[in-house]
Amino acid sequence: MDLRDTPDEATFRAELRSWLEESLPQDLQGHRGGATRFAGPEMRAWSRALHDAGYAGLTWPEEYGGGGAPYTHQAIFLEEMARAEAPPHIGVIGIGMAGPTIIAHGTDEQKSRYLAPLLAADEIWCQGFSEPGAGSDLAGVRTSSRLDDGHFVVNGQKVWSSFAHIADFCILLTRSDPDATRHAGLTYLIVDMHASGVEVRPLRQITGEAEFNEIFFSDVRVPAENLLGEVGGGWQVAMTTLLHERGTLGFALQAQLEVQIRKLVALARDRGADPLQRDRIAREWTEMQAVRFTNYRSLSALMKTGMPGPEGSISKLVWSEANQRVTKLALEILGPDAALGEENAPYGGYWQYQQLRSRGNTIEAGTSEVLRNIVAERVLGLPYSR
Amino acid sequence: MDFTFTPVQEALREQAREFLAATPEPTWAQLAELGWTGVSIAEEDGGAGLSFLEEAVLFEELGRALYRGPYFATIGLTLPALLSEDRAAIASGETTWTLALGPLVPDLDSAEHVAIVGGDGIYELEGGERELLAATDESRPLGVVRGGEPGRRLADSTVLAEIEARSQTALALEACGVAWLALEDAIEYASSRVQFGKKIGVYQAVSHPLADAYTRVELSRSLALWAAWCVATDDDQASIAAAAAKSYAGESAVAVCETAIQSLGGIGFTWEHRLQRLYKRALGIESFGTSGTRLRAEIAASLIEQDEASSGSLAPVKVTQGG
Ligand SMILES: Cc1cc2nc3c(=O)[nH]c(=O)nc-3n(C[C@H](O)[C@H](O)[C@H](O)COP(=O)(O)OP(=O)(O)OC[C@H]3O[C@@H](n4cnc5c(N)ncnc54)[C@H](O)[C@@H]3O)c2cc1C
Repeated sequence: MDLRDTPDEATFRAELRSWLEESLPQDLQGHRGGATRFAGPEMRAWSRALHDAGYAGLTWPEEYGGGGAPYTHQAIFLEEMARAEAPPHIGVIGIGMAGPTIIAHGTDEQKSRYLAPLLAADEIWCQGFSEPGAGSDLAGVRTSSRLDDGHFVVNGQKVWSSFAHIADFCILLTRSDPDATRHAGLTYLIVDMHASGVEVRPLRQITGEAEFNEIFFSDVRVPAENLLGEVGGGWQVAMTTLLHERGTLGFALQAQLEVQIRKLVALARDRGADPLQRDRIAREWTEMQAVRFTNYRSLSALMKTGMPGPEGSISKLVWSEANQRVTKLALEILGPDAALGEENAPYGGYWQYQQLRSRGNTIEAGTSEVLRNIVAERVLGLPYSR
Repeated sequence: MDFTFTPVQEALREQAREFLAATPEPTWAQLAELGWTGVSIAEEDGGAGLSFLEEAVLFEELGRALYRGPYFATIGLTLPALLSEDRAAIASGETTWTLALGPLVPDLDSAEHVAIVGGDGIYELEGGERELLAATDESRPLGVVRGGEPGRRLADSTVLAEIEARSQTALALEACGVAWLALEDAIEYASSRVQFGKKIGVYQAVSHPLADAYTRVELSRSLALWAAWCVATDDDQASIAAAAAKSYAGESAVAVCETAIQSLGGIGFTWEHRLQRLYKRALGIESFGTSGTRLRAEIAASLIEQDEASSGSLAPVKVTQGG
């Protein structure tokens, strides 16, 4: 056990830190987040800069344009990005989910076609899993795909799809066999969002902005070579995606929480906090450290054995609820000013926005109830509830 | 960065678990024979010259086994204050110590020597009377010393910071051992007990609190092991890490035991089931020394008042308009 950086890690961290100091544009630093951050060209430029410096797809194999770096570098990368309050690469879904799924299940042609533009932020991806009738119970998807003359013909509706309004491609879970039920008969496709018959309608969220969308598919013709995995084998492929969605996210989330708590402490300094609020600040700091070192333990196990430890499964669950408490506490410290809208609120309405946005954290990427089921059944080995 | 135990440390854990299962009430001589009493004591004093990390493994296992004896008092509490010859006598299994850090002194029934905190240092107590008190947690006897006077001077009071960090971390580790076992009992019961025609573990009102208990156990372990590493390497963050670990792991062990008791229904409420003993150890740990609330007040002070100048990362909230 040695929690310090190795010489190699220390070098990587130092180089990254000075690169961030030089390269991060002032107006992107400390951005509060939200959909509109993607509107302008700055985010693409920033993402390309990350890519050109070799920081996009850091742990991906070099043959796919990645950095071939150990997972510890990825952890350091996220820590330093958070420390500098740098926004993430715009290809959140591409790098976090679509890319790893293509690496695991894709053909050589798919890998050479999709991975490089994804890392370079030339192409943006979205995820089309959830449907009006299939949320937590993903196996209930009904969007259909039918093979016809070298194409899959896709019909149906997806919902809550983040980034779909700016996306070039979608990882889409469809039902190819209408007679099969549940996990059988599902097929995983890569769909061109610019194809005819694809229609995206933004959905306005609790924060007032539109980060996610409905997607309608009407007789969309998807070339057969866009199949990922086997026809009827979509469930296994989707599980790879979800594993990456919840798994590799852990470090990014902890780093975000650390920034949030740093800002909370600064807020308490600025506005004052009573003893009960100070107790809660210390609680949140403590739990954030606990998540950090839980991630380290999981990562160390991954490096040593090739398998992440079971403790990694709790990161997202703990983070999401912590972020809700932290942002609520910030509003409490703001006092009556918490009621002010963006234009008049202190700190540009940062906390008001963050608090509302945090309500989505326990819903997106698996609800807290579903994650507790997973911990109970898969980690603790309790009897299955379904 | 490597946050795993070495194979040797893992083997020590295995040995400890087997030994304590076979020997629930080991004597000090037996622990000395295993080499446990001299783990972090220097080789020239007859110890193994290892670190607090190996002791951390033992504290976790001793907590799990609800060990009753002066290991915590001697190794977790008093050791940093002791001189070379005293350490040698501990490593060889000849003697044991406890320290009167507050009015209630742990393991006063079994520890041979008592150390006390004077104005400027730590001294061995000479004379005085020991009075044992009834304690909720029967596995950790408490008492008070009356009268007596400072005898041999052992250490400067500057060692108190190290003693605080070490003892808080040891207690956090014990709490992890306690909480794990309580959780295991609850999982086993929820996986076999049938009511309303189903194993009770399928009911989310049972399984979700257990998932949360698991979460608390893992988070507690992460903090306790972080603190243990800080103590072992004399890291700058040892004090704050130990405060975080003790407050979180202590309170979590109590909460986990409570969840377990509820999960077992009537059986969980009986004297016969070991849960009541695990629960009482957890309560004992929580109330020992500095409370969680007090420790968090210290953490908050160090975050809000003290770190401002030293930490560039605690820059004021920076937000850009719009977006
Ligand atoms: C901000 C945001 C971004 C998103 N982005 C995407 C995206 O890019 N792509 C995509 O495909 N999806 C996305 N989603 C959708 C998200 O994955 C789903 O909302 C989520 O899986 C829940 O599904 P649902 O909304 O249908 O709720 P439901 O599944 O209907 O759940 C409703 C409630 O019932 C509970 N519940 C359901 N089943 C159980 C059970 N077995 N045990 C206990 N409780 C249960 C849930 O926990 C929840 O509280 C996003 C969601 C949000 C909020």
